[in-house]
Amino acid sequence: MMFTQTVDLAKASVRSLNERLHALEPERDEEGWRVLNPKGAHAIACGLRVPVTVEIEGHAGYYCAGMNQKATVIVHGNVGTGVAENMMSGLVHVNGNASQSAGATGHGGLLIVEGDASARCGISMKGIDIVVKGSAGHMSAFMAQAGNLVICGDAGDALGDSIYEAQLFVRGTVSSLGTDCVEKEMRPEHYHILEPLLKRSGCAANPSEFRRYGSARKLYHFQIDHAASY
Amino acid sequence: MRHRTEILPGMRESATFDRHVIYEIQRAAETGLYDIRGWGSKRQLPHFDDLVFLGASMSRYPLEGYRERCGTDVTLGTLHAKKPIHLQIPITIAGMSFGALSAEAKEALGRGASEMGTSTTTGDGGMTAEERRSSKLLVYQYLPSRYGMNPDDLRKADAIEIVLGQGAKPGGGGMLLGRKISDRVAEMRTLPPGIDQRSACRHPDWTGPDDLAIKIEELREITDWEKPIYVKIAASRTYFDVQLAVKAGADVIVLDGMQGGTGATQEVFIEHVGIPTLPALRQAIQALTELGMHRKVQLIISGGIRSGADVAKALAMGADAVSIGTAALIALGCNSPKYEQDYRKLGTSAGFYDDYQDGNDPAGISTQDPELAKRLDPVVGGRRLANYLRVLTMETQTLARACGKSHVLNLEPEDMVALTVEAAAMAGVPLAGTNWVPGRQ
Repeated sequence: MMFTQTVDLAKASVRSLNERLHALEPERDEEGWRVLNPKGAHAIACGLRVPVTVEIEGHAGYYCAGMNQKATVIVHGNVGTGVAENMMSGLVHVNGNASQSAGATGHGGLLIVEGDASARCGISMKGIDIVVKGSAGHMSAFMAQAGNLVICGDAGDALGDSIYEAQLFVRGTVSSLGTDCVEKEMRPEHYHILEPLLKRSGCAANPSEFRRYGSARKLYHFQIDHAASY
Repeated sequence: MRHRTEILPGMRESATFDRHVIYEIQRAAETGLYDIRGWGSKRQLPHFDDLVFLGASMSRYPLEGYRERCGTDVTLGTLHAKKPIHLQIPITIAGMSFGALSAEAKEALGRGASEMGTSTTTGDGGMTAEERRSSKLLVYQYLPSRYGMNPDDLRKADAIEIVLGQGAKPGGGGMLLGRKISDRVAEMRTLPPGIDQRSACRHPDWTGPDDLAIKIEELREITDWEKPIYVKIAASRTYFDVQLAVKAGADVIVLDGMQGGTGATQEVFIEHVGIPTLPALRQAIQALTELGMHRKVQLIISGGIRSGADVAKALAMGADAVSIGTAALIALGCNSPKYEQDYRKLGTSAGFYDDYQDGNDPAGISTQDPELAKRLDPVVGGRRLANYLRVLTMETQTLARACGKSHVLNLEPEDMVALTVEAAAMAGVPLAGTNWVPGRQ
């Protein structure tokens, strides 16, 4: 990537960085921005809405690339809570580990975590694709509505609790499944989802090693006979 | 099936097991389900009715009837936002979702509020185009479910309201039963049509006041620090919650007492969780005052506001504005006797209808049935709401002038006394005829 802009957060504020990124016009050649010395600052590169590429050289704090639209944000470090939360489109790539609620409520786009993701990864996801190359913590995909969560390592307790229509693919072990989440058959259409996601994420894992989990749809209508499950 | 009961001489109704209690036990035994309904708390609670204004006399100088100027405007979000909201009247429309309400009802709320120069608020499920078009000032709710949450809509809003709770159900999430999940509602919420939809009770990506501060920072960054950030809390541990909301960086706090309405909640939740609006408001003002933030962080109070008297008393206690929900729906036509026959078919009567969750609202307000929804003309509904807001405002001014105030925000606790010991203790004003404020040395 050729960088056209470099912003050093040791000298400039997150506010000034975001203000400049928000001011970018949509109709222009793609630019590459490089952010130095993030030092765990919060809300870096959030609210972007043009196809710009931002590379962050170090660790980012909460809500990095939050509500992203169209942009590509690459973090060369770890990220705090809520990376790419409510992402609508674009790509967020974490070359490290992610704290809790990675990709929370995301509607679209792709989030790649090279390392592990902590608890509640993909919580309330609404269409986003998430690929975690390591393991994901407990309560991941809680109330997940739509989209695909791929976990190449292991999943923690209560995976997919109260899940709606999101699809979960796990290569390793699952500590436990949450309420109304069940293992489902991997059919050809699911390989058609998984294979390109692994490819786009640069993951060499074999799709046949994954198991699929999703909603049993037993909680879609409250029934008194299911009260013990709630 | 409900039956009429004839009370004959010699029959004595139990105060503990009254007819409603007996009906509920029988209903529970038959269905195995707890009761879910709309509206807010229906039980008798200490409220603004228990306060009265003293009015000017020898020692105070009143203003002339409806002629002398008495200002009603208020500015919200002055602490951090580049673009605070300026309202012509201190009465806003509370958050109510498209889903719980029809698109026509949402549009009518926007029209009525805009005509009077005040704001309306979205709700769970996102912002509809009709609502944005019809609302000059629109507050965008940011809820735990994040249904329909879209950064483009966030930028279109005039303010952002982070919802932590609702007076009807502090600590509870929301529900929208399957019969109200139309294709449009389902699409906006990214859910299958027709399923019972659960709205989360806690936010997915932050926990506690320290995280909330960072969340507020993110929302400010995304919207370039333009929008006022409201934090809505349900009345429970109000004193501490208000102080923590200020610490987290709220521009405006919205406090919803237990009389606040809901589209669908368990009866047991509505009637048994949270505290009434009256003590909650006093605690909130105390919290703000102790921090030196009263009037710097604005406070909007809601939960059972019905008349200009309620508005004036809330302002006198220190609120900057009030918010109405149930009363606004009644103004649109909810529970109108015009639909008595239809109410009877549903086993209820005008004035008692609270089954908002069922989507069969004869007035076409709390429904997604297109035929029922057509019964509410948004233009007519908007006009009715504006009329009602006008009356509330004039009543508030009348009381303010009687107390010698040239602006409704100049009303103060000193202008009031309480009629009951409970209200005196809760509101922190003297019991009428005494200088005694229970609990105060």
